[in-house]
Amino acid sequence: MTTVVLLTITGLGVAALYFLVASGLSLIFGLMDVLNFAHGAFVTIGGYVGWSVANAVGGTPGLVLSCVAAIAAGAGVATLTELVVIRPLYRRPLDQVLATVGLGLAIPAAIQAGWGGDARTWNVPAWLSGTVTVAGAHIPAIRFILIVVAIVVLIGLATFLARTRAGLVVRAGVENRDMVGALGIDVRIAFTGMFALGGAAAGLAGALDGVYQGSVSPGDGTSLLIFAFVVVVLGRMGSIVGTAVAAAVVGLVQQFANYVSANLGSLSVVILLAIVLLARRRNLVGRPA
Amino acid sequence: MTFLRRSWWLHALVVAALLAAIPYSTITLPGVFDGPFNSPGVDQLLAVCLVFAGLSISYDLMFGYTGILSFGHGMYVTVGMYATTILVNHAGFGLWTSAAIGLAGAVIAAVALGAVALRVSGIGFAMVTLAFGQALSILVLSGSPQLTGGEQGQALRDDAVPSALAGVLNTPHLYWIAWAYLGACVAVVWGISASMPGKVMRALRDNERRVEVLGLNPYLFKLLSFVIASVLAAAGGVVYLLLLGGATPTVSTSDFALALLVMVVLGGSGRRWGAIVGGAVYAYASQSLTRLSGSSGVAALPGVVRGPLEQPLFLLGLAFVVIVLFVPGGITGLPARLRAMSGARSVEKEMSPGDLR
Repeated sequence: MTTVVLLTITGLGVAALYFLVASGLSLIFGLMDVLNFAHGAFVTIGGYVGWSVANAVGGTPGLVLSCVAAIAAGAGVATLTELVVIRPLYRRPLDQVLATVGLGLAIPAAIQAGWGGDARTWNVPAWLSGTVTVAGAHIPAIRFILIVVAIVVLIGLATFLARTRAGLVVRAGVENRDMVGALGIDVRIAFTGMFALGGAAAGLAGALDGVYQGSVSPGDGTSLLIFAFVVVVLGRMGSIVGTAVAAAVVGLVQQFANYVSANLGSLSVVILLAIVLLARRRNLVGRPA
Repeated sequence: MTFLRRSWWLHALVVAALLAAIPYSTITLPGVFDGPFNSPGVDQLLAVCLVFAGLSISYDLMFGYTGILSFGHGMYVTVGMYATTILVNHAGFGLWTSAAIGLAGAVIAAVALGAVALRVSGIGFAMVTLAFGQALSILVLSGSPQLTGGEQGQALRDDAVPSALAGVLNTPHLYWIAWAYLGACVAVVWGISASMPGKVMRALRDNERRVEVLGLNPYLFKLLSFVIASVLAAAGGVVYLLLLGGATPTVSTSDFALALLVMVVLGGSGRRWGAIVGGAVYAYASQSLTRLSGSSGVAALPGVVRGPLEQPLFLLGLAFVVIVLFVPGGITGLPARLRAMSGARSVEKEMSPGDLR
């Protein structure tokens, strides 16, 4: 029983990270048809910015500040990417994807040039490195923080999409971008905003991933990104609740499979993906194929 | 028109003959290569360029000719390389038997994975192949260290390598194997491109719906393209294995799979010479930049400049973004582009690699 509780909460903690990365990816793709391969680089930048701030300030205030800084850095870099690289390629959707692939390769390499390829240790405040006992299982406190943050972000995004005017534009844009433009709304502002929002979530994921693992390294973002892709495919692009459910499923399957055998986790996620693809008769956005 | 077509083959024959003669040449290109063309170091470097050019054109069969964006191509290089190594080292088979079994395994893997993954089209396919590639990478890196050698990779058993391919003095033999591999890739890809399936593949790239309306099954032609490209990649994995003398896990990483795309776009996707030039340039640049960063001239530079120079992937990734933004059509598209700039004719349409969705 204690093992089940431990695995469930660990799985949901990992799922929280996947959700933070995948939600931005999914919304950007749903709205703009751009699969953003640079999203992993945003995660890595968030991680390194957060780590630097935590090193400079220290303690609990340092942790809070580093999350804020990571969010700002992620949003900033994402906005810059949209304005400089994505926007000039507006009429060439494939080239948009290719350009983000280039950034996704170059940015982690630049970080490796600056900070080295080895993992840098992140000193976590004492209260966070302890454990909490739930039903007899000792669970590291950070995993609860991850889950709570992800739920807050989920509620925030869902409220934003359902209740605000900007959210309405985004939802309409996911359904039919041209129609939104025809109604006289400047969709490009929504595009930049979506990139900034997705980048902010990615930056936060980078910082939290650093705290969760106790270190940051240049390859962190890319490895998170790949599982986020699986989540996006399983959860249907452009759907925020679908993304959250898919993230939870992927996180849980991975942790339980890892318990059975050390490397089974990633493999079982990919097998899950294959099964769902075989069984599914609809395309990625949920429209009949 | 027929004359033009014939001239392509003439060009190809001349290039092939020149490349085959390189290990006999004593010409030195100071600043470009460390020694004369017949020195083992240069032959080794050029052999890697030829293998990458072959891998690159095999990738272009999918990407440029059929319009399939895959990030799983490195998987088949890995399958060719590791299946051969494991069979030689742990099952005691001979080198060529192992390579043949490895290639057969690659065919089965390509049919199985292609059949599943091609159910999603466009960008979804890219994500799915990336996920499968990552799973294989994790297996190679940490699945079974005794079998794969983990992060260190694994050297081929000495006595399994034929004496004609062992030792520094026999580097020209390895070079000619790489040369033959590139020749085979080029012959297959150009041959398919001129055949009926190749024409359907190009039509798929331009407009999949139209092919469907004509009563053809897009799925089967995509699968054909995927399987042929994957088998060529697996063969490339075997040749690369011979060049390196052992298996290396770098070919299983997502960076390697993405690099194949970079090569093709760098040279110009869907063009006759594009992928070949792109692959060779990429391989040359990444090897030379690594060598350059170790030189004394670079070591004297301040850290801000030296750091990025030591990361070939940084410079190549950035160059790739610049090419995508400003030079669609890549290196081989440049002449036509310059002509178009001087004349009024636009070649933009001809050069677009096709909409993926």
